[in-house]
Amino acid sequence: MASPQMVMYEEEFAQVQAVTNRLVQDANARVVFVVDKNGQLISASGDTGDLDTTSLASLTAGTIAATGGIAQLLREQEFATQYHEGVRQNVHIQVVSGRVILVVIFDNRTSLGLVRLRVKRATENLTRIFEMVMAKAQDPFRSSPFSEITDDDIDNLFND
Amino acid sequence: MSFINYLSREINCKIVYYGPGLCGKTTNLQYIYNRTNPDAKGKMISLATETERTLFFDFLPLEIGEIRGFKTRFHLYTVPGQVFYDASRKLILKGVDGVVFVADSQMLRAEANSESMDNLRTNLAEQGYNLDTIPYVIQYNKRDMPNISPTEELRQMLNTGDVPDFNAVATTGEGVFETLKSVAKLVLTELKRGAAR
Repeated sequence: MASPQMVMYEEEFAQVQAVTNRLVQDANARVVFVVDKNGQLISASGDTGDLDTTSLASLTAGTIAATGGIAQLLREQEFATQYHEGVRQNVHIQVVSGRVILVVIFDNRTSLGLVRLRVKRATENLTRIFEMVMAKAQDPFRSSPFSEITDDDIDNLFND
Repeated sequence: MSFINYLSREINCKIVYYGPGLCGKTTNLQYIYNRTNPDAKGKMISLATETERTLFFDFLPLEIGEIRGFKTRFHLYTVPGQVFYDASRKLILKGVDGVVFVADSQMLRAEANSESMDNLRTNLAEQGYNLDTIPYVIQYNKRDMPNISPTEELRQMLNTGDVPDFNAVATTGEGVFETLKSVAKLVLTELKRGAAR
């Protein structure tokens, strides 16, 4: 495989969730979510009720991938930060340790300056957590849920 | 690259539909979307031009059931088939777990099929994948059209690795779910093999 599988265990998930929960409060944001660069949603905090977070995750990863392609053509390393300004809502997107994407959706109850400041601290914390996640994923002695799965389990999934 | 979340007990995998322009990649996803129980699917997103040609990608999240208490989700993506969108195709292949190559069975599209397959091999290699080892199936689409090549001929031209292959008419759904099930099964089998290593 080209890149190691990402496995989130309860402990790290709780840590990521704590960071995003705190960021919602500190930045006075509407929603904060963390997405894998391949478009998988990792965690979401805040007012996610009516949001299609799965689609948002995929589209955010698409945006980052597209600007990453632009960066490559310009021989730039990466555009690690992006900001989309709307009429009522704004989106701040930050790549964390080249691996995951931190997305903050906010409105006029806060300011871009405050969001940027709080994102900086959250990014440092998330970098530390995801370094641990990746180290664990590469640990050959950790079992994957797939090691327990049989061929019959897979066949049963597709029985109509 | 699959993503496993122990807390929400979810396994997420990424499948990419690849193939030449107008071969029916988006139609495959649309059929799957229309025929899937609303509880098992998310919204289908199409980033398309005004003339409904795929510009960046189509995306459809699909839940296929549980394995040992883990919800198993597949994220289906298509790439834009037109030759000049190559940069976008490369991006969409990042983190792929399985590939469906949709071939256009019409004789006139033989060259486009071969070019697209070469392009798939090259772009996968750039991401560090090998088409000969990644979970991969082929679909010969548009079997209802006039002037199509016999399946055996398409097989000889495109299926040199002897991977699972299917005849299909994506507009009516023939072969669509068979193709999806086959690649999904290969992906899960590969993940199981990876875990045993």
